[in-house]
Amino acid sequence: MADAVMVPDISRTVQKWRSKPGSLIMALHEIQNRYGYVPRNVSLQLAQLMNVPLARIYEVITFYNYFRLEPPGKHNLSVCMGTACYLKGAPALLDTLKNELHVEEGETTPDGEFHLESVRCVGCCGLAPVVVANGETLAKVGVNAIGGLLARCRNEQKED
Amino acid sequence: MAKMTFEELDRVREEQRERTAKTSWIRIGTSTCGVAAGAEAVVRAVSDEVRRRDLPVEVQRVGCLGLCYAEPLMEVNVAGAPRTLYGEVGVETALRIVEEHVVNGRPVAGLAMPGVESLGVPDVPSNGTKQVRIVLRNCGMLDPTKIEDAIGRDAYQGLKRALSELGPEGVIAEMKASGLRGRGGAGYPTWLKWKFLREAPGTEKYMICNADEGDPGAYMDRGVLEGDPHAVIEGMLIACFATGCSTGYFYIRAEYPLAIDRIEGALRQARRMGLLGKNIMGTDFCCDLEVRLGAGAFVCGEETALMHSIEGRRGTPRPRPPFPAQHGLWGKPTNINNVETFANIGPIMARGGAWFGGYGTETSRGTKVFAVTGKVRHSGLVEIPMGTTLREVVVDICGGVAGNHRIKAVQTGGPSGGVIPAPLLDTPISYETLQALGSIMGSGGMIVMDETDSMIDIALFYTGFCVEESCGKCAPCRLGGKQMHLLLEKIRSGKASWSDIGTMRRLCTTMQKASLCGLGQTAPNPVLSTLRYFEDEYRAVIVGAPA
Amino acid sequence: MTSATINGIAVEVPEGTTILEAARSLQIEIPTLCKHPDLDPTAACGLCIVKAKGINRMLRACCTPLEKDMQITTHDPELVEVRRSVVELILSKHPNQCLTCGRNRNCELQTLASDFGIRQVEFADIVPDYDLYDDTSVLTIDPRKCIGCGRCVEVCQNIQNVHALCFLNRGYDTRIAAAGVNLGESPCVKCGQCSAHCPTGAIVELDETAIVWDYLKDSSLLTTVQIAPAVRVAIGEAFGLPPGTNVTGKLYAALRRMGFDRVFDTNFGADVTILEEGSEFIERFLHRKGELPLITSCCPAWVDFMEKFYGDMIDHFSTTKSPHEIVGVLAKTYYAKREGLDPARMRVVSIMPCTAKKWEIKRGASMSASGYQDVDVSLTTRELARMIKQAGIDFRNLPDEPCDRILGEYSGAGTIFGATGGVMEAALRTAQDLLTGQSLDKIDFEAMRGMKGVKEGTVVIAGKEVRVAVAHGLSHVESVLRRVQEAKEKGEDPPYHFIEVMACPGGCVGGGGQLYGVTDEVRRARARGLYSEDEAMTLRKSHENPEVKRLYAEFLEKPLGQKSHSLLHTQYQARLTYAR
Ligand SMILES: Cc1cc2nc3c(=O)[nH]c(=O)nc-3n(C[C@H](O)[C@H](O)[C@H](O)COP(=O)(O)O)c2cc1C
Ligand code: SF4
Ligand code: SF4
Ligand code: SF4
Ligand code: SF4
Ligand code: SF4
Ligand code: SF4
Ligand code: SF4
Ligand code: SF4
Ligand code: FES
Ligand code: FES
Ligand code: FES
Repeated sequence: MADAVMVPDISRTVQKWRSKPGSLIMALHEIQNRYGYVPRNVSLQLAQLMNVPLARIYEVITFYNYFRLEPPGKHNLSVCMGTACYLKGAPALLDTLKNELHVEEGETTPDGEFHLESVRCVGCCGLAPVVVANGETLAKVGVNAIGGLLARCRNEQKED
Repeated sequence: MAKMTFEELDRVREEQRERTAKTSWIRIGTSTCGVAAGAEAVVRAVSDEVRRRDLPVEVQRVGCLGLCYAEPLMEVNVAGAPRTLYGEVGVETALRIVEEHVVNGRPVAGLAMPGVESLGVPDVPSNGTKQVRIVLRNCGMLDPTKIEDAIGRDAYQGLKRALSELGPEGVIAEMKASGLRGRGGAGYPTWLKWKFLREAPGTEKYMICNADEGDPGAYMDRGVLEGDPHAVIEGMLIACFATGCSTGYFYIRAEYPLAIDRIEGALRQARRMGLLGKNIMGTDFCCDLEVRLGAGAFVCGEETALMHSIEGRRGTPRPRPPFPAQHGLWGKPTNINNVETFANIGPIMARGGAWFGGYGTETSRGTKVFAVTGKVRHSGLVEIPMGTTLREVVVDICGGVAGNHRIKAVQTGGPSGGVIPAPLLDTPISYETLQALGSIMGSGGMIVMDETDSMIDIALFYTGFCVEESCGKCAPCRLGGKQMHLLLEKIRSGKASWSDIGTMRRLCTTMQKASLCGLGQTAPNPVLSTLRYFEDEYRAVIVGAPA
Repeated sequence: MTSATINGIAVEVPEGTTILEAARSLQIEIPTLCKHPDLDPTAACGLCIVKAKGINRMLRACCTPLEKDMQITTHDPELVEVRRSVVELILSKHPNQCLTCGRNRNCELQTLASDFGIRQVEFADIVPDYDLYDDTSVLTIDPRKCIGCGRCVEVCQNIQNVHALCFLNRGYDTRIAAAGVNLGESPCVKCGQCSAHCPTGAIVELDETAIVWDYLKDSSLLTTVQIAPAVRVAIGEAFGLPPGTNVTGKLYAALRRMGFDRVFDTNFGADVTILEEGSEFIERFLHRKGELPLITSCCPAWVDFMEKFYGDMIDHFSTTKSPHEIVGVLAKTYYAKREGLDPARMRVVSIMPCTAKKWEIKRGASMSASGYQDVDVSLTTRELARMIKQAGIDFRNLPDEPCDRILGEYSGAGTIFGATGGVMEAALRTAQDLLTGQSLDKIDFEAMRGMKGVKEGTVVIAGKEVRVAVAHGLSHVESVLRRVQEAKEKGEDPPYHFIEVMACPGGCVGGGGQLYGVTDEVRRARARGLYSEDEAMTLRKSHENPEVKRLYAEFLEKPLGQKSHSLLHTQYQARLTYAR
């Protein structure tokens, strides 16, 4: 659906980064920020325009945790599984979310609403355990708070 | 704005100092943790209130104070009342504090943080008497988005002395006198790395700030990047000056969006002020710094992997030699230092290496920042002189473990480190002592565990981390880590026999000896150290273990 | 020079020598798995570890330079134990399929497992179930057998500059693949260098020997076979002969014993190629009919590469078919006619040093100029070696036999086709005679020989300067092409008039379908084998080959004539692929 707008958008990214050596990862960040993932046709264009082998782009995308080849869900929930959060009960949070959403880590619910992941520390360890919901870091999250969090996400989406 | 010169820098500093002395302020910590705890709502409420009532007080958004357990934090300083730090401030309490403390001049005793004293740098609040704040000198003390604030607190004075007085050789001599060793983990003398780079042939050289901070459970570097970006920029500039680099890169992990923002903003300001770019402060030193992002790979903290990543490639390490100082970024001589290492440089230049070397132990000079987390009462960022004992940090400064539990162990060095059992907590912290205990200093993660924590679980956690983060390039780590993890799962499930421990040790040796980079070489440490100090936990789940 | 000791033995080596090389100079063998002599070290396997006194960690011998006064230990019980554990770890994620594997008894991993006497793998079985890739009809990739050494990636990306292969994912899930697609949809040019450099059976050529056995079984078919120049100096290695041993006569004998009805030689086709291509050159050079430089096209991987990445330079390509295609089409036309055979009942099998030829024979309509597919099957040197063993032939002791006529006689020029620079040298021998109308004595063009990536020279023929270049290994080729393009853009004279290109380093002697274990030393030995055959011959120019003369007199009439055009020439088309 976004295909039509992709061409001008990525040419702007390309213009910004092409002359700077080794900026593939920066360009991929911009692309993923825009589309939520790196669509294959965008990779193909990027390869052409930045003069980088597609194999290099795929090597990089699949190496780094951050980049995705599949579209994300509407709501992205990452449970921090860094050491501090792990000790303070993150595994139980993750399990609760898995049960509630019926997905495994790295999966999106069939309706595309929720994507569940774990992340290894967002640097907010002092307030463990932490969940990042749609980019917002939530501190000291208890298992009991999960229901409310999901409900809030669902409502938000009803409103718009 | 006048052209930046040495005199202009001092003029801005004086102007800013005077302004600060006259200003009443409310500071609210808005680093990642503060925001996560709800600081933004507090800032909004307080600002509105101040505006509504037209109070003669400035609301400042500051960086991390280090008292993470009590976020959101708000500090109030108004004429006629003692400066007071409040913790766990919600919108309602914040408004109450404005009412009572700001308007009526009466600090709210019940809400003030207990045990906060001023130490080290005189106006730094801290939750203990053992801290000395060099790296964190400005964190929580200034608005990190305002370069004038930083200059008012001596930012770029070190650079000024380097440029005006010391010269490159003088800088390196001062570094040598300071005895500063790399804070990224390995503890290599910083001056020596700079000397190698300086002596490397060629004119195109690069300086890199390693802000990948991959150790899960550690956030010292984030604290500095978010709270005092100019400290790191100044350090980078001095390093570039001393080694002959005109380009430097910040390699920041993408998981730190706020830190990225702060550094980018600070770079823009520094550039605008003439502290970055061509002819810095009117000298012929030209240098520019850029930001490059990580993308979720712990191994990119390793130097050669990091350089591959900046080059836009997979972050796989390569063998050394050749070392970065000979063959680094794009094949050019390069030096990499950690964020905290750089944050130390300004003060060392401004106040002298001997001053810095006065802190710490014979072989480990200066201070070290730790992120103390886990089952500890007062988790947060702590900066102590080297030689302070683990117990002083965990118990005296951070209040020991929460609840009715006892400390079981402290883990340092993250996935490359090991556990240190409670009876050994009186060990003074230094590179050598921690290594002797089977752990490492690492970058500063310090995770406190109580007796409810299973050591096999901890080992499993860290090996799981290494399995996920192994770059997959070399067989010993790619496969050894996975097998180690599977074997630990077998042990935990009670299906292992004692001979599996032998296999485990063989695996550990293989990984330590034959892995290509530090990740694989140190990945067995959590297993070996738990085996060393908590073998009974393993025995308990292995039937038929010899007595 | 650096002096140090290894296992207590003093050694002095040039600065920068690796511990591995230094140890070899003392007859000490350190096991390796990821290091290949052609390639930069990837340092991936960790088997070559050694100890250095005073250094706590173990060093990788393959990529660590020996430093002054180092005291190295290469073997002790601890080193052996660590190495054995590494092999065991690799085996824990490796399918136990030696018996049905393309590399059985010829596999670096299998050899190590055997040498370390591994009787049991103590670690858990973690063999993944990745899919096989075999959609190029040339290569089969089994990512489960991949040990992650990185050699194929290094070759494909850096030596060939194709970037078809890469590693995907990371950690223990790292796997070898094309960029998220099957290899057939990738820019792969089928050069097979990945398979030639893989230490295991993870990348092997498609085995088509069964089809050939079927032909041989079918008595209603007339099955002909031809051998490429580079095969004769390599296949002996499969039977214990040193690289470079020329076994042409034994090969003819073996093929005949296996049941081939006619045994021909691709070298004959090479001589024909030279006549056609040489004439093309003269047309362009002298009569300005067509683009200069003229670029050779007998290497199908190169053809694929050009069509994919330099579609705008197609006009520079020689349209002459490759030698084995020429033999194929002549067998089913010229030969069939003379012998009164039904081409529909004929089969042509090519024995090639090459994997790309498997693709070439089906490249397009012009590969069926006889009305039938001109070459039915193309086998690699490796496949033939296996067939000879299956046929129970004591190859080493075979008597020499001659080739069948009339597609068998060849000149020295035809035989040197198999080495880089050979085509150019052969072409120059013919071109100078054609241009001057004389038979010149200048035969050897030494500047075209050897393993240098790009070789350049200027030859004065009939008072005219001919600028030539020879490139092998596709990344070297590209540097030459870029010079041509730059000159074109600037409107300058082309830097060269004639360019020879071979995709494989060393040319076909180092082809992707040759016997395993190739190094520059082996390439040189094989090339020497060809050049000494050439030197020993009296017939050394393609256009003097009597069978070739007869071919033109009786059948084709003249080079670039109408018949040549329809049978011996082909067309090219730009093929879109994704960026590499
Ligand atoms: C697997 C691995 C991860 C590392 N991660 C980091 C990191 O996140 N931050 C860091 O500063 N150093 C990290 N290091 C250490 C760096 O490679 C390097 O030694 C350090 O940045 C040098 O700076 P220093 O001399 O100032 O300590 C890591 C090393 C390894 C082997
Ligand atoms: S952000 Fe919070 S929850 Fe996440 S790792 Fe840090 S302290 Fe733990
Ligand atoms: S030790 Fe691990 S992380 Fe390091 S190179 Fe080897 S596989 Fe990669
Ligand atoms: S690759 Fe080697 S070890 Fe693996 S199955 Fe084939 S022959 Fe055996
Ligand atoms: S080596 Fe062993 S397993 Fe292999 S075929 Fe012979 S008997 Fe069977
Ligand atoms: S055949 Fe050649 S081009 Fe194709 S994958 Fe192998 S090395 Fe690359
Ligand atoms: S396919 Fe072969 S050459 Fe390529 S990485 Fe795997 S084992 Fe090495
Ligand atoms: S040398 Fe190579 S291209 Fe020429 S005939 Fe032989 S196999 Fe074909
Ligand atoms: S150089 Fe020879 S072996 Fe290699 S691809 Fe070309 S024709 Fe085939
Ligand atoms: S461990 Fe979860 S944020 Fe650091
Ligand atoms: S980040 Fe705010 S005090 Fe720690
Ligand atoms: S041969 Fe040296 S690491 Fe593989």
